[in-house]
Amino acid sequence: MTDDVTENDGELIIQLVGDVDLEHCAAVRGLLLDGVSHGKDLLVDMSQVTYLDSSGIASLLEALQLANKNGTAVKLFAASAQVMRVFELARLDRVFSIHSDLSAAIATES
Amino acid sequence: MTSIGRNEACQFGEPLELILEQRFGAGLAGLKVVRGSVLAAALRCGFDEAGARDVALAVDEACKNIVVHAYRGEIAGDIVLSIYRCRGGIVLHLRDFAPAVDPTRIGPRELDDLRPGKRGTHFIRAIMDSAEFLPPPDGRGNLLQLVKRLE
Repeated sequence: MTDDVTENDGELIIQLVGDVDLEHCAAVRGLLLDGVSHGKDLLVDMSQVTYLDSSGIASLLEALQLANKNGTAVKLFAASAQVMRVFELARLDRVFSIHSDLSAAIATES
Repeated sequence: MTSIGRNEACQFGEPLELILEQRFGAGLAGLKVVRGSVLAAALRCGFDEAGARDVALAVDEACKNIVVHAYRGEIAGDIVLSIYRCRGGIVLHLRDFAPAVDPTRIGPRELDDLRPGKRGTHFIRAIMDSAEFLPPPDGRGNLLQLVKRLE
């Protein structure tokens, strides 16, 4: 998995690629927490995520909680139906701010 | 080890056909392979793509629990996955050779509790129709049976 971080008008856009699972969750966690530590809103592009499990959910949740504590936001966008299913199973689809695409995520108030 | 085609016990009052038996080391590398095996088997058992992916997720979470909690993250033993087909659905057995677990101590975190972690067991319960520990054949390790009926 090769993830990517770009900056857009004061927000960090992180693209996650591949399986966000037990094998890769430590790297994803590090990337997300590092992003949150910059004090900027995170926009997480989920479009290239091929698999998400409870370990990946935990990494995202930890980043969200740290962002809430810091007064910033974590917004997800472009998740596939397969990935959305995992959020729904975890009943976190209403806890996370999840959007259809980048422009919708940017347009939503933190 | 992989074998195909043996007839086994009954579930839903129907005979079970063993369609896959796979033995793998309890490490991270094996998990992705298992997901693929379970996905293919669930499709073969009549589940649609979404249903088959659900079953693969549940088995993946169960395997992770074995790797992380039973074997405690060390590649200290194997997991044997047996997949059975019947007219009513799919039955999966996960056998490990770790110290016996206490099923009463295994449970998901309350979903309202938003602390990270401990959601894998919830996924298993939400997806599968039953998940229970059976006595292992020779008394060693643990044997988890997962059952999912076709809708």
